[in-house]
Amino acid sequence: MYEDRIDQIIGKYGNEKGVLIQLLLDIQHEFGWIPKEAIKRISERLKIPFSQIFRVASFYTALSLKPIGRHLVRVCVGTACYVRGAPRILDSVEDKLGIKSGETTSDDKFSLETVNCLGCCALGPVIEVDGQYFGKLNSEKLEKIFSSCD
Amino acid sequence: MKPLKSPADLEKLRKDILAKKDSKRLAIAACVSTGCQALGVQKVLEAFDEEIKKQGLEGKVEIKETGCLGFCEKGPRIVIYPEEIYYFQVKPSDVPEIVSKTLIKNEIVERLLYTDPVTGQRARYLSEVPFYKYQNRLLMESNSKIDPKKIEDYLAIDGYKALAKVLFKMTPEAVMKAVKDSNLRGRGGGGFPTYRKWESSRNAPGEPKYVIVNCDEGDPGAFMNRALMEGNPHSILEGLIIGAYAIGSHEGFIYVRQEYPLAVENMETAIKQAEELGLLGKDILGSGFDFKVKIHKGAGAFVSGESSALMTAIEGNVGEPRPKYVHTSEKGIWDKPSTLNNVETWANVPLIINHGAKWFASIGTAGSKGTKIFALAGKVNNTGLVEVPFGVSLKDIIYKIGGGIRNGKEFKGVQTGGPSGGVIPKQHLNSPVDFDELTNLGSMMGSGGMIVMDEDTCMVELARYFVNFLCDESCGKCTPCREGLKQASIILNRIASGKGTEEDIENLKKIAEVTSVASLCALGQTAANPLLTTLRYFSDEYKAHIEEKRCPALACKELVSYYIDPEKCQACMICHRNCPADAVIGEKMKIHVIDQSKCIKCGACYDVCPPRFGAVKKISGQPVPPPIPEEERLIKRPRKEKRS
Repeated sequence: MYEDRIDQIIGKYGNEKGVLIQLLLDIQHEFGWIPKEAIKRISERLKIPFSQIFRVASFYTALSLKPIGRHLVRVCVGTACYVRGAPRILDSVEDKLGIKSGETTSDDKFSLETVNCLGCCALGPVIEVDGQYFGKLNSEKLEKIFSSCD
Repeated sequence: MKPLKSPADLEKLRKDILAKKDSKRLAIAACVSTGCQALGVQKVLEAFDEEIKKQGLEGKVEIKETGCLGFCEKGPRIVIYPEEIYYFQVKPSDVPEIVSKTLIKNEIVERLLYTDPVTGQRARYLSEVPFYKYQNRLLMESNSKIDPKKIEDYLAIDGYKALAKVLFKMTPEAVMKAVKDSNLRGRGGGGFPTYRKWESSRNAPGEPKYVIVNCDEGDPGAFMNRALMEGNPHSILEGLIIGAYAIGSHEGFIYVRQEYPLAVENMETAIKQAEELGLLGKDILGSGFDFKVKIHKGAGAFVSGESSALMTAIEGNVGEPRPKYVHTSEKGIWDKPSTLNNVETWANVPLIINHGAKWFASIGTAGSKGTKIFALAGKVNNTGLVEVPFGVSLKDIIYKIGGGIRNGKEFKGVQTGGPSGGVIPKQHLNSPVDFDELTNLGSMMGSGGMIVMDEDTCMVELARYFVNFLCDESCGKCTPCREGLKQASIILNRIASGKGTEEDIENLKKIAEVTSVASLCALGQTAANPLLTTLRYFSDEYKAHIEEKRCPALACKELVSYYIDPEKCQACMICHRNCPADAVIGEKMKIHVIDQSKCIKCGACYDVCPPRFGAVKKISGQPVPPPIPEEERLIKRPRKEKRS
């Protein structure tokens, strides 16, 4: 089922050298994760061993080998957010969603990740939900953010 | 737009653009960088759209979306032209008033001006705001003047003038000399002289040669590269093309971490526009010089910011560093000479060309020239991006610009240089900030992160945080880094949970020594900095954890207990309702008590207890007082008399 779309993505890059990571990022962006079939297809088309692609896909934090939920919640635990209470925000997100970082809720609604820095250090603690940033967080704001996700 | 074929074409276009600019026109400029977006600037802009129509100003006001101005703490901020009135912390509900008063009647909405928290004075102009008064914003200034998605705006502020000068009036050697004389040092971390990198690539055999912009910015706590790339992408591109010309490169890469989608987007737009105008691509401005550039998105690995690892990532492989006895400037991407510089370094290049090396070298200290952008964050009042000449003291940055410590607390230390840097304590606050001085203090410049900590931050906990961070991010290729950091993490966890011994400190020092000497790349070599600086400047705190099982900052979960002071508790039930572990026993009119066996030490009760009661206490290094007996818990309050 992925083959056509993956072929399209591969086609975008033509014969450029060194496109593997860009390709995987595109696939991650499109499907929300890197399915095994995608790795197989890239391996066939680009003549790169499956194991090598797997190694790249498992090395980078932005690439996920597991499917994620409908909403991706990323809690920044960078230093600036950390000193302004990010660990507590993380506890509270974990508590509210009932999952730990790296997990997905059983109804596939939310996936939770921690990130090292979102670059909004002046506004810590910060979280990102589906690409939208929320700064100067507290537990009350969290409640509002999650209840607005359907 | 047609491609420009000569410098004269470029100047003509610039003239046309400037002629079309109406300096008296009403305009609203809003920062739409990631920071202000997180604070809801989009809603403010929507409100402006609506309100301008409603109040009959349609077509008369230009709305400009600009990059980051640095003062993120007070965002969203907008500027009203032509008067240049700065409004801070604007909410959608403020918009109707801004339109009716400021746009229509030219009156100021006083409450939206910056108010000095000490004197209570309002600042009418940006130069009166202390946060800006002490800065020298050579790089950041332009962010407020241009829409990063419009090349015309960059051209209007003399953009690509330096490029034209270089291509037609300077030899590559003359450019090299200018960079050498300017004494520009790399802004990404190590402070290596830029000229030497360039020269070594230029002289190295092998074609093609590559030039690279490093916008990996993996240091948590640093975001100046994001602000520059989001706010003024053309300045980086111009610097890169100039560098390529000097080095003799015709191909470049811009490496941006995928966590910065807006930076990627704005850079993509900038490249397209520059190509259309003939400022990038074949035969740039008719000079015969060719240069093309591609964006490579980083997939999120801290170690990929290291130059050799970044180059392996560009090749499409796992971003692991390699030994550097052969420099990447000689053998980098696909073993070809590759020059990698940080975003900020490249952005300085057009300035040096336009204003001269002598001018640049006149700013800063003996060993560090020019300005540096710092990301001021943490427990300081004014957080944001601060650009100052090298040599300004830490104290001036934190107190004059940063406005001191939040909530009147005591300053404890400032962490510079990201996870590879160290913590600088109070006694060194007067030190001037430059590459060499920070290294002398055991820290480093890094990319310019500056995280301020107050008495509530525990230094053992902080060291543990950094070591755990680096442990996670270590690629695992070399043993000292992989295993050393793991052991250090185990030891620090032990100390933070009150199970540390005297011997642990000695072992930490030994591990630090080995990782710094024997690791393959800068990640491992500098990993010991946070450990060593905290051990050196805050040994008392380690001692308290080990000997007294006490965390002086009351931060280490395992060493802290919460209890409710029965004298102060008003039985308001707030902590009872907010406790996620149901550990607060209490009911109306009955003094609350924490069941220590159930308490998960999350601190929720401490946070929600109204400050006027202040009944929840945090203690460490002492036993929790026993709960008061059940029969004494009833509060006897005098009944309020009804007003007649």
